[in-house]
Amino acid sequence: MNVLDYISHFFGDGALWHGYDGIPTRLGEHVVYSLEALVLAAVIGLPVGLVTGHFGRGGNTLALIATGGRALPTFGLLVLVVTWFGFGTGPAMVPLVVLAVPPILVTTYEAVRSVDPSPVDAARGMGIHESRILFRVELPVALPLILSGLRSAAIQIVSTATIAAYTGLGGLGRYIIDGLSQKNYEKVVGGATLVAGMALVTLLFFWAVSRFTVSPGVRRSE
Amino acid sequence: MNLSRFFDIPSDLQHSYAGLIGLHLREALIPVLAGLLLALPLAQLCVRFKWVYPPLFGITTVLYAIPSLAFFVVLIDYTGLSETTVMIPLAVYSLVVLVPAIVDGVRSVPQETLAAATALGLGPVRRYLQVQLPIAVPAIIAGLRVATVSSVSLVSVGMLIGNQGALGNLLNDAQIYHRPELAVNSVVTTALLAVVLDAVLVGVRMLLTPWMPKESTAR
Repeated sequence: MNVLDYISHFFGDGALWHGYDGIPTRLGEHVVYSLEALVLAAVIGLPVGLVTGHFGRGGNTLALIATGGRALPTFGLLVLVVTWFGFGTGPAMVPLVVLAVPPILVTTYEAVRSVDPSPVDAARGMGIHESRILFRVELPVALPLILSGLRSAAIQIVSTATIAAYTGLGGLGRYIIDGLSQKNYEKVVGGATLVAGMALVTLLFFWAVSRFTVSPGVRRSE
Repeated sequence: MNLSRFFDIPSDLQHSYAGLIGLHLREALIPVLAGLLLALPLAQLCVRFKWVYPPLFGITTVLYAIPSLAFFVVLIDYTGLSETTVMIPLAVYSLVVLVPAIVDGVRSVPQETLAAATALGLGPVRRYLQVQLPIAVPAIIAGLRVATVSSVSLVSVGMLIGNQGALGNLLNDAQIYHRPELAVNSVVTTALLAVVLDAVLVGVRMLLTPWMPKESTAR
Protein backbone atom coordinates (compact mmCIF):
# COMPACT_ATOMS: atom_id res chain seq x y z
CA MET A 1 0.00 0.00 0.00
CA ASN A 2 1.36 3.39 -0.84
CA VAL A 3 0.14 6.82 0.15
CA LEU A 4 -2.16 7.13 -2.88
CA ASP A 5 -3.96 3.90 -1.93
CA TYR A 6 -4.51 5.20 1.59
CA ILE A 7 -5.95 8.41 0.20
CA SER A 8 -8.37 6.66 -2.16
CA HIS A 9 -9.50 4.27 0.62
CA PHE A 10 -10.06 7.18 3.00
CA PHE A 11 -12.12 9.25 0.60
CA GLY A 12 -13.95 6.16 -0.70
CA ASP A 13 -15.36 5.45 2.77
CA GLY A 14 -18.97 6.60 2.58
CA ALA A 15 -19.38 6.79 6.37
CA LEU A 16 -16.88 9.64 6.47
CA TRP A 17 -19.07 12.01 4.54
CA HIS A 18 -21.65 12.68 7.28
CA GLY A 19 -22.03 12.74 11.06
CA TYR A 20 -20.09 14.52 13.79
CA ASP A 21 -16.78 12.98 12.69
CA GLY A 22 -17.58 13.43 9.00
CA ILE A 23 -15.45 15.42 6.60
CA PRO A 24 -17.97 18.32 6.18
CA THR A 25 -18.22 18.81 9.97
CA ARG A 26 -14.46 18.67 10.56
CA LEU A 27 -13.75 20.92 7.61
CA GLY A 28 -16.33 23.42 8.87
CA GLU A 29 -14.79 23.40 12.36
CA HIS A 30 -11.33 23.97 10.93
CA VAL A 31 -12.50 26.89 8.79
CA VAL A 32 -14.34 28.50 11.75
CA TYR A 33 -11.37 28.21 14.14
CA SER A 34 -9.00 29.58 11.52
CA LEU A 35 -11.24 32.51 10.61
CA GLU A 36 -11.86 33.41 14.27
CA ALA A 37 -8.14 33.41 14.98
CA LEU A 38 -7.29 35.37 11.83
CA VAL A 39 -9.95 38.03 12.50
CA LEU A 40 -8.83 38.42 16.14
CA ALA A 41 -5.18 38.71 15.07
CA ALA A 42 -6.03 41.20 12.31
CA VAL A 43 -8.09 43.34 14.71
CA ILE A 44 -5.01 43.58 16.94
CA GLY A 45 -2.25 43.70 14.33
CA LEU A 46 -3.62 45.84 11.50
CA PRO A 47 -4.49 49.09 13.37
CA VAL A 48 -1.23 49.06 15.35
CA GLY A 49 0.80 48.31 12.21
CA LEU A 50 -0.95 51.01 10.16
CA VAL A 51 -0.53 53.73 12.79
CA THR A 52 3.10 52.91 13.70
CA GLY A 53 3.95 52.60 10.00
CA HIS A 54 2.32 55.95 9.21
CA PHE A 55 4.32 57.78 11.86
CA GLY A 56 7.40 55.61 11.24
CA ARG A 57 7.97 55.05 14.93
CA GLY A 58 8.29 52.01 17.16
CA GLY A 59 10.06 49.85 14.57
CA ASN A 60 12.52 48.44 17.08
CA THR A 61 9.80 47.57 19.58
CA LEU A 62 7.82 45.83 16.84
CA ALA A 63 10.93 43.90 15.72
CA LEU A 64 11.44 42.75 19.30
CA ILE A 65 7.81 41.61 19.57
CA ALA A 66 8.17 39.77 16.26
CA THR A 67 11.32 37.93 17.34
CA GLY A 68 9.71 37.03 20.65
CA GLY A 69 6.54 35.83 18.96
CA ARG A 70 8.50 33.69 16.52
CA ALA A 71 10.70 32.22 19.26
CA LEU A 72 7.73 31.05 21.36
CA PRO A 73 7.04 27.42 20.39
CA THR A 74 3.37 27.47 19.36
CA PHE A 75 2.73 23.82 20.07
CA GLY A 76 4.23 24.10 23.54
CA LEU A 77 2.22 27.24 24.22
CA LEU A 78 -0.94 25.42 23.15
CA VAL A 79 -0.38 22.52 25.55
CA LEU A 80 0.58 24.94 28.33
CA VAL A 81 -2.50 27.14 27.89
CA VAL A 82 -4.76 24.09 27.87
CA THR A 83 -3.17 22.60 31.00
CA TRP A 84 -3.64 25.93 32.78
CA PHE A 85 -7.06 27.05 31.59
CA GLY A 86 -8.66 23.76 30.62
CA PHE A 87 -9.84 22.38 27.32
CA GLY A 88 -11.97 24.37 24.91
CA THR A 89 -11.96 26.73 21.96
CA GLY A 90 -11.21 29.82 24.07
CA PRO A 91 -7.83 28.68 25.43
CA ALA A 92 -6.87 27.17 22.07
CA MET A 93 -7.38 30.57 20.42
CA VAL A 94 -4.62 32.15 22.52
CA PRO A 95 -1.62 30.47 20.85
CA LEU A 96 -3.20 30.83 17.39
CA VAL A 97 -3.57 34.59 17.88
CA VAL A 98 -0.11 34.93 19.48
CA LEU A 99 1.26 33.15 16.42
CA ALA A 100 -0.57 35.29 13.87
CA VAL A 101 -0.17 38.80 15.29
CA PRO A 102 3.62 39.25 14.70
CA PRO A 103 3.62 38.60 10.92
CA ILE A 104 0.56 40.87 10.43
CA LEU A 105 1.98 43.61 12.65
CA VAL A 106 5.49 43.63 11.19
CA THR A 107 4.57 43.40 7.50
CA THR A 108 1.88 46.09 7.89
CA TYR A 109 4.38 48.39 9.58
CA GLU A 110 7.03 47.72 6.92
CA ALA A 111 4.49 48.09 4.10
CA VAL A 112 3.19 51.48 5.21
CA ARG A 113 6.63 52.78 6.16
CA SER A 114 8.20 51.89 2.82
CA VAL A 115 5.55 53.72 0.74
CA ASP A 116 7.25 56.24 -1.57
CA PRO A 117 7.26 59.51 0.44
CA SER A 118 6.67 61.88 -2.49
CA PRO A 119 2.95 61.14 -3.09
CA VAL A 120 2.44 61.27 0.66
CA ASP A 121 4.11 64.68 0.81
CA ALA A 122 2.07 65.85 -2.19
CA ALA A 123 -1.15 64.78 -0.45
CA ARG A 124 -0.05 66.55 2.73
CA GLY A 125 0.78 69.69 0.73
CA MET A 126 -2.72 69.67 -0.71
CA GLY A 127 -4.03 69.86 2.85
CA ILE A 128 -5.44 66.34 3.01
CA HIS A 129 -6.08 65.16 6.55
CA GLU A 130 -3.58 62.65 8.02
CA SER A 131 -6.17 59.89 8.41
CA ARG A 132 -7.23 60.30 4.77
CA ILE A 133 -3.56 60.19 3.70
CA LEU A 134 -3.22 56.87 5.52
CA PHE A 135 -6.35 55.32 4.01
CA ARG A 136 -6.44 56.90 0.53
CA VAL A 137 -2.72 57.16 -0.32
CA GLU A 138 -0.61 54.85 1.82
CA LEU A 139 -3.00 51.91 2.23
CA PRO A 140 -3.62 51.24 -1.50
CA VAL A 141 0.11 51.28 -2.25
CA ALA A 142 0.96 49.14 0.79
CA LEU A 143 -1.86 46.66 0.20
CA PRO A 144 0.07 43.90 -1.65
CA LEU A 145 2.60 43.61 1.17
CA ILE A 146 -0.09 43.85 3.89
CA LEU A 147 -1.98 41.01 2.17
CA SER A 148 1.18 38.89 2.07
CA GLY A 149 1.50 39.35 5.84
CA LEU A 150 -2.12 38.29 6.34
CA ARG A 151 -1.52 35.33 4.04
CA SER A 152 1.44 33.97 5.95
CA ALA A 153 -0.49 34.46 9.21
CA ALA A 154 -3.46 32.56 7.77
CA ILE A 155 -1.27 29.69 6.53
CA GLN A 156 0.35 29.37 9.95
CA ILE A 157 -3.04 29.40 11.67
CA VAL A 158 -4.41 26.65 9.40
CA SER A 159 -1.34 24.56 10.06
CA THR A 160 -1.39 25.09 13.82
CA ALA A 161 -5.14 24.54 14.15
CA THR A 162 -4.30 21.01 12.96
CA ILE A 163 -2.01 20.44 15.92
CA ALA A 164 -4.68 21.88 18.23
CA ALA A 165 -6.59 18.60 17.83
CA TYR A 166 -4.08 17.17 20.30
CA THR A 167 -5.72 19.26 23.01
CA GLY A 168 -9.19 17.94 22.22
CA LEU A 169 -10.21 20.54 19.69
CA GLY A 170 -12.13 19.44 16.59
CA GLY A 171 -11.09 20.28 13.07
CA LEU A 172 -9.18 18.31 10.47
CA GLY A 173 -6.34 17.56 12.88
CA ARG A 174 -8.70 15.10 14.61
CA TYR A 175 -8.20 12.58 11.79
CA ILE A 176 -4.41 12.75 12.15
CA ILE A 177 -4.29 12.61 15.95
CA ASP A 178 -7.02 9.94 16.29
CA GLY A 179 -5.64 7.95 13.38
CA LEU A 180 -2.18 7.91 14.95
CA SER A 181 -3.48 6.59 18.28
CA GLN A 182 -5.76 4.05 16.56
CA LYS A 183 -2.92 3.02 14.22
CA ASN A 184 -5.35 3.76 11.39
CA TYR A 185 -2.96 4.95 8.74
CA GLU A 186 -5.66 5.57 6.14
CA LYS A 187 -7.26 8.12 8.43
CA VAL A 188 -3.90 9.79 9.16
CA VAL A 189 -2.96 10.21 5.50
CA GLY A 190 -6.52 11.22 4.55
CA GLY A 191 -6.49 13.91 7.24
CA ALA A 192 -3.06 15.12 6.13
CA THR A 193 -4.32 15.40 2.54
CA LEU A 194 -7.32 17.45 3.64
CA VAL A 195 -5.14 19.78 5.72
CA ALA A 196 -2.67 20.29 2.88
CA GLY A 197 -5.60 20.92 0.54
CA MET A 198 -7.01 23.51 2.89
CA ALA A 199 -3.63 25.27 3.11
CA LEU A 200 -3.50 25.43 -0.69
CA VAL A 201 -7.06 26.81 -0.85
CA THR A 202 -5.96 29.50 1.62
CA LEU A 203 -3.08 30.42 -0.71
CA LEU A 204 -5.46 30.61 -3.68
CA PHE A 205 -7.96 32.68 -1.67
CA PHE A 206 -5.35 35.33 -0.88
CA TRP A 207 -4.13 35.32 -4.46
CA ALA A 208 -7.72 35.97 -5.61
CA VAL A 209 -8.24 38.70 -2.99
CA SER A 210 -5.11 40.52 -4.15
CA ARG A 211 -6.27 40.26 -7.80
CA PHE A 212 -9.52 42.00 -6.89
CA THR A 213 -8.40 44.56 -4.32
CA VAL A 214 -4.99 45.74 -5.44
CA SER A 215 -5.28 48.69 -7.79
CA PRO A 216 -4.11 47.87 -11.34
CA GLY A 217 -1.62 50.76 -11.23
CA VAL A 218 0.06 49.36 -8.12
CA ARG A 219 0.08 45.84 -9.54
CA ARG A 220 1.75 46.95 -12.76
CA SER A 221 4.59 48.65 -10.89
CA GLU A 222 5.40 45.49 -8.93
CA MET B 1 2.51 23.27 40.14
CA ASN B 2 5.63 22.08 41.88
CA LEU B 3 8.54 24.23 40.73
CA SER B 4 11.11 22.29 42.74
CA ARG B 5 10.61 19.45 40.24
CA PHE B 6 11.12 21.78 37.28
CA PHE B 7 14.26 19.97 36.12
CA ASP B 8 13.15 16.52 37.30
CA ILE B 9 12.84 14.88 33.86
CA PRO B 10 10.76 11.65 33.86
CA SER B 11 12.88 8.62 33.03
CA ASP B 12 10.64 7.47 30.16
CA LEU B 13 12.21 10.18 27.98
CA GLN B 14 15.59 8.39 28.33
CA HIS B 15 17.45 11.70 28.37
CA SER B 16 18.65 14.20 30.93
CA TYR B 17 17.68 17.87 30.64
CA ALA B 18 20.97 18.63 28.88
CA GLY B 19 20.49 15.55 26.72
CA LEU B 20 17.09 16.81 25.56
CA ILE B 21 18.59 20.20 24.72
CA GLY B 22 21.34 18.51 22.69
CA LEU B 23 18.79 16.36 20.88
CA HIS B 24 16.61 19.40 20.18
CA LEU B 25 19.56 21.35 18.78
CA ARG B 26 20.51 18.44 16.55
CA GLU B 27 16.98 17.92 15.22
CA ALA B 28 16.60 21.66 14.57
CA LEU B 29 20.02 22.58 13.18
CA ILE B 30 20.88 19.66 10.87
CA PRO B 31 17.83 20.50 8.68
CA VAL B 32 18.78 24.19 8.52
CA LEU B 33 22.32 23.23 7.49
CA ALA B 34 21.02 20.79 4.88
CA GLY B 35 18.62 23.46 3.64
CA LEU B 36 21.47 25.96 3.31
CA LEU B 37 23.69 23.50 1.41
CA LEU B 38 20.87 22.80 -1.06
CA ALA B 39 19.75 26.44 -1.27
CA LEU B 40 23.15 27.84 -2.33
CA PRO B 41 23.38 25.99 -5.69
CA LEU B 42 19.62 26.35 -6.31
CA ALA B 43 19.81 30.11 -5.72
CA GLN B 44 22.82 30.36 -8.03
CA LEU B 45 20.82 28.54 -10.70
CA CYS B 46 18.01 31.10 -10.25
CA VAL B 47 20.43 33.99 -10.56
CA ARG B 48 22.09 32.59 -13.70
CA PHE B 49 18.85 31.55 -15.44
CA LYS B 50 16.16 34.08 -14.59
CA TRP B 51 13.30 31.91 -15.90
CA VAL B 52 13.97 29.25 -13.23
CA TYR B 53 12.97 31.55 -10.39
CA PRO B 54 9.19 32.13 -10.85
CA PRO B 55 8.21 28.42 -11.12
CA LEU B 56 10.61 27.46 -8.31
CA PHE B 57 9.14 30.25 -6.18
CA GLY B 58 5.64 28.90 -6.84
CA ILE B 59 6.59 25.34 -5.89
CA THR B 60 8.33 26.43 -2.70
CA THR B 61 5.40 28.67 -1.64
CA VAL B 62 3.09 25.66 -1.97
CA LEU B 63 5.52 23.38 -0.07
CA TYR B 64 5.81 25.95 2.72
CA ALA B 65 2.03 26.05 3.07
CA ILE B 66 1.84 22.31 3.86
CA PRO B 67 1.37 21.99 7.63
CA SER B 68 4.26 20.29 9.45
CA LEU B 69 2.07 17.59 11.00
CA ALA B 70 0.64 16.61 7.60
CA PHE B 71 4.18 16.50 6.20
CA PHE B 72 5.42 14.33 9.09
CA VAL B 73 2.66 11.74 8.89
CA VAL B 74 2.95 11.23 5.14
CA LEU B 75 6.67 10.52 5.61
CA ILE B 76 6.04 7.93 8.36
CA ASP B 77 5.35 5.36 5.65
CA TYR B 78 8.86 5.83 4.26
CA THR B 79 11.09 6.78 7.17
CA GLY B 80 9.07 5.46 10.14
CA LEU B 81 8.63 7.10 13.54
CA SER B 82 12.16 8.46 13.51
CA GLU B 83 14.14 11.68 13.80
CA THR B 84 14.58 11.64 10.03
CA THR B 85 10.81 12.01 9.60
CA VAL B 86 10.95 15.21 11.65
CA MET B 87 14.08 16.54 9.98
CA ILE B 88 13.07 16.17 6.30
CA PRO B 89 10.13 18.64 6.46
CA LEU B 90 12.21 21.07 8.53
CA ALA B 91 14.94 20.94 5.85
CA VAL B 92 12.33 21.65 3.16
CA TYR B 93 10.96 24.64 5.12
CA SER B 94 14.50 25.98 5.60
CA LEU B 95 15.20 25.59 1.89
CA VAL B 96 12.02 27.49 1.07
CA VAL B 97 13.00 30.42 3.31
CA LEU B 98 16.66 30.47 2.21
CA VAL B 99 16.38 30.34 -1.60
CA PRO B 100 14.59 33.72 -1.98
CA ALA B 101 16.83 35.26 0.69
CA ILE B 102 20.00 34.19 -1.14
CA VAL B 103 18.63 35.13 -4.58
CA ASP B 104 17.69 38.62 -3.32
CA GLY B 105 21.07 38.97 -1.63
CA VAL B 106 23.13 37.92 -4.64
CA ARG B 107 21.01 40.02 -7.01
CA SER B 108 21.46 43.07 -4.81
CA VAL B 109 25.19 43.17 -5.65
CA PRO B 110 25.64 46.31 -7.80
CA GLN B 111 26.59 45.82 -11.43
CA GLU B 112 29.60 48.16 -11.06
CA THR B 113 30.99 45.99 -8.26
CA LEU B 114 30.78 42.91 -10.47
CA ALA B 115 32.37 44.77 -13.37
CA ALA B 116 35.17 45.94 -11.09
CA ALA B 117 35.78 42.36 -9.92
CA THR B 118 35.90 41.13 -13.51
CA ALA B 119 38.27 43.95 -14.43
CA LEU B 120 40.57 42.88 -11.59
CA GLY B 121 40.82 39.49 -13.32
CA LEU B 122 38.53 37.43 -11.06
CA GLY B 123 37.00 34.37 -12.72
CA PRO B 124 33.32 33.49 -12.20
CA VAL B 125 34.04 31.13 -9.28
CA ARG B 126 36.30 33.50 -7.35
CA ARG B 127 33.97 36.38 -8.13
CA TYR B 128 31.07 34.40 -6.62
CA LEU B 129 33.00 33.30 -3.52
CA GLN B 130 34.93 36.50 -2.83
CA VAL B 131 32.55 39.23 -3.99
CA GLN B 132 28.92 38.13 -4.41
CA LEU B 133 28.60 35.79 -1.43
CA PRO B 134 30.18 38.17 1.13
CA ILE B 135 27.96 41.04 -0.03
CA ALA B 136 24.91 38.76 0.20
CA VAL B 137 25.77 37.75 3.81
CA PRO B 138 23.26 40.09 5.52
CA ALA B 139 20.38 38.75 3.40
CA ILE B 140 21.50 35.14 3.88
CA ILE B 141 21.78 35.57 7.66
CA ALA B 142 18.34 37.20 7.75
CA GLY B 143 16.96 34.09 6.06
CA LEU B 144 18.93 31.79 8.36
CA ARG B 145 17.48 33.54 11.41
CA VAL B 146 13.90 32.93 10.30
CA ALA B 147 14.68 29.33 9.30
CA THR B 148 16.52 28.54 12.54
CA VAL B 149 13.95 30.04 14.89
CA SER B 150 11.00 28.32 13.20
CA SER B 151 12.92 25.05 13.02
CA VAL B 152 13.58 25.13 16.77
CA SER B 153 9.91 25.79 17.39
CA LEU B 154 8.66 23.06 15.03
CA VAL B 155 10.83 20.23 16.40
CA SER B 156 8.41 20.07 19.36
CA VAL B 157 5.60 18.97 17.05
CA GLY B 158 7.63 15.78 16.46
CA MET B 159 6.30 14.66 19.86
CA LEU B 160 3.06 13.71 18.11
CA ILE B 161 4.77 11.10 15.94
CA GLY B 162 6.14 8.64 18.46
CA ASN B 163 7.88 11.04 20.87
CA GLN B 164 10.40 12.41 18.38
CA GLY B 165 10.07 15.99 19.59
CA ALA B 166 13.10 16.32 21.93
CA LEU B 167 12.05 19.08 24.36
CA GLY B 168 8.52 18.75 22.97
CA ASN B 169 8.28 15.31 24.57
CA LEU B 170 8.09 17.08 27.93
CA LEU B 171 4.67 18.36 26.84
CA ASN B 172 3.36 14.82 26.60
CA ASP B 173 4.78 13.89 30.00
CA ALA B 174 3.29 17.06 31.48
CA GLN B 175 -0.12 15.73 30.48
CA ILE B 176 0.22 12.06 31.40
CA TYR B 177 1.90 12.72 34.78
CA HIS B 178 -0.16 15.89 35.52
CA ARG B 179 3.00 17.95 35.95
CA PRO B 180 2.37 21.33 34.25
CA GLU B 181 5.84 22.52 35.30
CA LEU B 182 7.25 20.20 32.62
CA ALA B 183 5.21 22.04 29.96
CA VAL B 184 6.52 25.37 31.29
CA ASN B 185 10.03 23.96 31.17
CA SER B 186 9.54 22.85 27.55
CA VAL B 187 8.18 26.22 26.38
CA VAL B 188 10.72 28.34 28.24
CA THR B 189 13.72 26.22 27.24
CA THR B 190 12.66 26.07 23.58
CA ALA B 191 12.05 29.83 23.45
CA LEU B 192 15.43 30.50 25.10
CA LEU B 193 17.19 28.19 22.60
CA ALA B 194 15.57 30.12 19.75
CA VAL B 195 16.54 33.51 21.20
CA VAL B 196 20.14 32.41 21.86
CA LEU B 197 20.57 30.94 18.36
CA ASP B 198 19.09 34.12 16.88
CA ALA B 199 21.58 36.23 18.85
CA VAL B 200 24.45 33.96 17.72
CA LEU B 201 23.47 34.49 14.08
CA VAL B 202 23.36 38.27 14.58
CA GLY B 203 26.86 37.99 16.07
CA VAL B 204 28.08 35.95 13.10
CA ARG B 205 26.70 38.55 10.74
CA MET B 206 28.52 41.34 12.57
CA LEU B 207 31.78 39.36 12.38
CA LEU B 208 31.34 38.64 8.66
CA THR B 209 30.29 42.16 7.69
CA PRO B 210 32.64 44.58 9.42
CA TRP B 211 31.92 47.02 6.57
CA MET B 212 28.28 47.49 7.54
CA PRO B 213 27.24 50.59 9.51
CA LYS B 214 26.54 49.71 13.14
CA GLU B 215 22.92 50.84 13.45
CA SER B 216 19.96 48.96 14.85
CA THR B 217 20.41 45.24 14.26
CA ALA B 218 17.00 44.16 15.51
CA ARG B 219 14.65 42.86 12.89
